[in-house]
Amino acid sequence: MKKITLALAAVAGLAATGAQAQGYPTRPITMIVPFAAGGPTDVIARIVTDNMSRTLGQQIVIENVAGAGGTTGITRAAQAQADGYTIMMGHMGTHGAAPALYPNLKYDPTKDFAPIGLAAGTPIVIVAKKDFPATDLKGFLDHMKANGEKVNMAHAGVGSVSHSTGIFFNSVIKAKPTMVAYRGTGPALNDLMANTVDFMTDQIVNVAPQIQGGNIKAFAIATRERSPVLPNVPTTKEAGLEGYEVSAWNAVFAPKGTPPDVVKKLSDALMKSLDDENTKKRLLELGGVIPTGAERTPEALQKLVESEVARWTPVLKAAGATAE
Amino acid sequence: MGDFFSNLSLGFGVALTPLNLGLAFLGCLVGTLIGVLPGVGPIATIAMLLPITFGLDPTGALIMLAGIYYGAQYGGSTTAILVNIPGEATSVVTALDGHQMARQGRAGVALGIAAIGSFFAGTVATLVIAALGVPLTGLALIFGPTEYFSLMVMGLVFAVVLARGSILKAIAMILVGILLSTVGTDLETGEERMTFGLPILSDGIDFAVLAMGIFGIAEIMRNLDHTEHRDVVRQAIGRLLPNKEDFRQSYKPVLRGTFIGAILGILPGNGAVLGPFAAYTLEKKLAKDPSRFGRGAIEGVAGPESANNAGAQTSFIPLLTLGIPPNAVMALMVGAMTIHGIIPGPQVMTKNPTLFWGMIASMWVGNLMLLVINLPLVGMWVRLLKVPYRLLFPAILMFCCIGIYSINSLPTDVMFIGLFGFVGYMLIKFGFEPAPMLLGFVLGKLMEENLRRALIISRGSLETFIERPISAGLLAVAAILLVIALLPSIRKGRDEVFTE
Repeated sequence: MKKITLALAAVAGLAATGAQAQGYPTRPITMIVPFAAGGPTDVIARIVTDNMSRTLGQQIVIENVAGAGGTTGITRAAQAQADGYTIMMGHMGTHGAAPALYPNLKYDPTKDFAPIGLAAGTPIVIVAKKDFPATDLKGFLDHMKANGEKVNMAHAGVGSVSHSTGIFFNSVIKAKPTMVAYRGTGPALNDLMANTVDFMTDQIVNVAPQIQGGNIKAFAIATRERSPVLPNVPTTKEAGLEGYEVSAWNAVFAPKGTPPDVVKKLSDALMKSLDDENTKKRLLELGGVIPTGAERTPEALQKLVESEVARWTPVLKAAGATAE
Repeated sequence: MGDFFSNLSLGFGVALTPLNLGLAFLGCLVGTLIGVLPGVGPIATIAMLLPITFGLDPTGALIMLAGIYYGAQYGGSTTAILVNIPGEATSVVTALDGHQMARQGRAGVALGIAAIGSFFAGTVATLVIAALGVPLTGLALIFGPTEYFSLMVMGLVFAVVLARGSILKAIAMILVGILLSTVGTDLETGEERMTFGLPILSDGIDFAVLAMGIFGIAEIMRNLDHTEHRDVVRQAIGRLLPNKEDFRQSYKPVLRGTFIGAILGILPGNGAVLGPFAAYTLEKKLAKDPSRFGRGAIEGVAGPESANNAGAQTSFIPLLTLGIPPNAVMALMVGAMTIHGIIPGPQVMTKNPTLFWGMIASMWVGNLMLLVINLPLVGMWVRLLKVPYRLLFPAILMFCCIGIYSINSLPTDVMFIGLFGFVGYMLIKFGFEPAPMLLGFVLGKLMEENLRRALIISRGSLETFIERPISAGLLAVAAILLVIALLPSIRKGRDEVFTE
């Protein structure tokens, strides 16, 4: 008797979850973006979810929960109910650099999530003030070797993309410029344009307009291929620097334990959105890199997170960069 | 000059299409409403409304979002004047004399002069942006960390002058404000400071939380403390609009406030917050009888309100000409533009002239609309004060809680306004002024960060502050102001004048 009841309960349970997933989504989905509205991750999230909402037939509502380099929002999202109604936009910082930066991190990027898929990456560009004595990356590297700590490097605060990628850059070129911290990219760029600081590494979407306007100069873009937004800027490899290919990737995650068919629905919607002409056009205008089909799967994302954590941890630990 | 007019006419051509007019109106209306509701700020609102603008063309969308921003500035003054809750750093000073005016039954006049002063400032600021936007861009680039630190020092000296009563208490409050601003993650090292290990404090204390607690909740507690003295309710409403005498007293403050606000608004890193404080200080210094300040002086509303609105508008200059956002709302506008496929930067002006000039023209249109929306509403807002306080205060309290929750969706923020409210109540009881503390809080963080930045760049040499001419000039002004405030003979006079 007991056995039968259990079996019945199990069947009923299965039926219930099945029905739930079949109907999914029946109400609006919340996407937690762990950064302030208006920043690159927020913009990418809004562009990608616009089309996803239409595919799913339910609005995806963006909730910005900023703080502590994005870890506040991701911590909250990771603890949300794993029913597919709370998802999040993680990125290079929250799912790559964070374990090294925040020793008390409440989540493990490799274990506590159900990956949905990669959304878009924004390549890193090495930029300098327009009065900087060098004209190309080689000259810049020579200058760094000769002047070392005399050079000022700007970044947007510990935990920001410009900070992590900047530390990585310094470790690759074996230089120790003096780091100057700003609260956000805007003020840092302002001082770069005013020739107050010497150089920084930041996402293409932040720096491209100023490069095009001739207010700052770009030495190289840290991708395999040149960007159509900045066709005259060579890749790091072309400019003679090996080992510095970085992109601030953004990817959609759900909390661990989200039903597989819900993950599949979300993943399919994301892939469809990335194939949509309008979404593509808007991402490309930002200088964004749209992942290829193989890179978009949940499995590929899981691999990416693992490799990113492995890549950032030693670099940031060696630089002594912790945020707590 | 020909260019100027053809550009403006291009702009008005865009701004005056029925759709864009409607969007500007909608933006201004929404902005006014959220400005009036305590706590619900333009940042949260613009972020929430962003998806709705997806279907619009970029110009229309940005016109609407900009309308929300300056509409909120108007609405924010209403709450500051009527219930003494400054929703934003810029309306802290408005509350000082504006709320006193309301208590004296002159709420209508205060609201009226705030609206008229803001409209005038907005008109001038629009012309400034159109005519001088591009050359003024340079100003944003002259101000590096060194200059910024010196400007903040000057700002803190303003705070001393700002205070009523004992100068010692004022300085103590400023220092407390600066201390509060150091809570949170250290920018250079990433270390947490004075957070007691609480994750909610790792990004510091939110300005809105502090201001709402110290001013708003404390004010409610004080009113409940002695309801019989809450004269606002009992007083006749009085005139709704300023009369000739009011105008005579306020036209100069409006002019001066507009000038100060417009200049400071262009500066990077939220220079606009200094505008109203500077305007207030100036008016108090220039006044024949400074003792009226803090007790309902109309100049104390006219000057800062004009500065506030002029600054709100000129802070669009770095955004439109450089693509560099000077404050959080402008950063959000960058995002809005980006989502609409317009990457803000120096090339917007040449690549999207209709957007650029359309937005500028719409600012003036928006200001006119705000005047039209607000002046008839003055009567309604003032009548709100007639609502018995036992009914009014739970509503205010509820809106405060909803508003503060909407900013970060953190329940702890709601608890914090209660805590700060209690602190604020204690401060009032012991005769401490909360305004200098808020200014210390706002400026403290900027001051510390810029000091460290300047010293890192100069490799630790303090001379950098006097070697750079602008920085030296600002420090000199600060020193002179401080000497005037502290000179024994003058201080004697000051104490007589300021101590109640």
